[in-house]
Amino acid sequence: MKDPRYLSFAIVIVFLAAWEISCRVFSIPDFILPAPAQIISVAVLKAPLLLPHAGVTALEILLGIALSLLVALPLATLMFAHPSIERALSPFLVVSQAIPVFALAPLLVIWLGYGIASKVLMAAIIIFFPITVNLLEGYKNCGTEYVLLFKLMGAGFGDTMRLLYWPWALPFFFSGLKVGVTVATIGAVIGEWVGAQQGLGYIMIQANARLNVDIVFAAILWLSFMGLAMWVFVGFLEKRIVTWQ
Amino acid sequence: MLAVSNLTKRFDELTVFEGFEVTVPRGGFTALVGPSGCGKSTFFDVLTGVVAKDRGEISWRGERLENVGRDAAYMQQKDLLLPWLSLLDNALLPARMSKRDGNARDKALYLFKRLELQGFENYPPRKVSGGMRQRCALVRTLMFEHELVLLDEPLSALDAITRRSLQSLLLLLQSEFQKTIVMITHDVEEALLVADEVLLLTPFPMRIFGRFTPQSAKPRKSSNPELLAMKEYILEQLQQEVTNHHAVLEPVDGEGWKP
Repeated sequence: MKDPRYLSFAIVIVFLAAWEISCRVFSIPDFILPAPAQIISVAVLKAPLLLPHAGVTALEILLGIALSLLVALPLATLMFAHPSIERALSPFLVVSQAIPVFALAPLLVIWLGYGIASKVLMAAIIIFFPITVNLLEGYKNCGTEYVLLFKLMGAGFGDTMRLLYWPWALPFFFSGLKVGVTVATIGAVIGEWVGAQQGLGYIMIQANARLNVDIVFAAILWLSFMGLAMWVFVGFLEKRIVTWQ
Repeated sequence: MLAVSNLTKRFDELTVFEGFEVTVPRGGFTALVGPSGCGKSTFFDVLTGVVAKDRGEISWRGERLENVGRDAAYMQQKDLLLPWLSLLDNALLPARMSKRDGNARDKALYLFKRLELQGFENYPPRKVSGGMRQRCALVRTLMFEHELVLLDEPLSALDAITRRSLQSLLLLLQSEFQKTIVMITHDVEEALLVADEVLLLTPFPMRIFGRFTPQSAKPRKSSNPELLAMKEYILEQLQQEVTNHHAVLEPVDGEGWKP
């Protein structure tokens, strides 16, 4: 029992058991709080309904990640290569974090429509910041002696970037990406809440209106599962790529 | 010949060296020995151009230069191997950066054999010992193909036994690869074992206050009476210097006043 994983598992079991028992003992109606067993059975039995929507949400998240990477990687590199650009842009980056992204969701839906574009952008905006900031931090963290070594070897900027800064920053990049993928779900779902015809967020809004709270919970379960799966996948990628840590 | 004359460097109020002069003949091996914080590392920083000099001339092989950053290979106490590259790829970095000839690989493989790293070419640095990593750093230093080699306490991170075996490899730099070597160290014995000329330095400003040229042929043994006598004498001198400068040394934390 020394493995902390057993303890985590035990906590989950105790929590679920308490929830299940309370629901039965106090006869809490399903439209207020369904019991865990029912949620799980709905999540599984309604899978044919839920999965296509989960697929849409997953697609939005993945495209959002791709989009944010497409912007974050060059931007972080540019800001690192030219500190004046970093100084010029960093106030905007900070301010962009001060704006609650959720407040933007209705606007994005107006501008980009009810399709997946607005949700992809929502997810991308949320993931973009931790990736850019972490990557930039990683570049800056590079040991000065190594930089000197590369200078004495007559290395150009491209070679130094590719062989020194980029691998050096990879662990930072991955920790940013891990944070990113877990919060990306939020962006996509908020986008779907505001206006969509597909996706788990859409299902939740629909089910909520009909007091099908068990379906709302089932959707949350699938969302959490997706977030967890992506987190595990990024961790796996990190282990495969960053073999030296 | 590497000739440095009238070299001056100040950081605000602190004069690290003023009118510093040193010459190293081509193919020579000169060791600079001094208490930590005496400005040795700043001297190398100025030589390589990491820090700009205030005044003074640096010439190498008869050519006046701003610094020798483009003409010198540099080896430090830290091996500075990139953990994401294999030992061989690390050693090949200088050739890769300067886009030099295709036989760099053969040369590196030869050096791996010569420095007893054969069979470890594809190992990542974290899988080998500190001594092996430093030998790999030595191979990389040789792969610079620069005749001038600057060694900044190259062995001080190693244990005594590994250190001794690497000292004999330092000798190879001179005897087999005809390098001109300047080495910074605070290990008096090491300096006497490998160098042709040992210069003793005092801090604030850094000056040469002693010059020793052991006459015994290399490789030398640490039990060599000439070395033992020199070592004893040098340590006494250094001790005195440190005591004399104690009041000044106190507020300075090691070499911490580097910029």
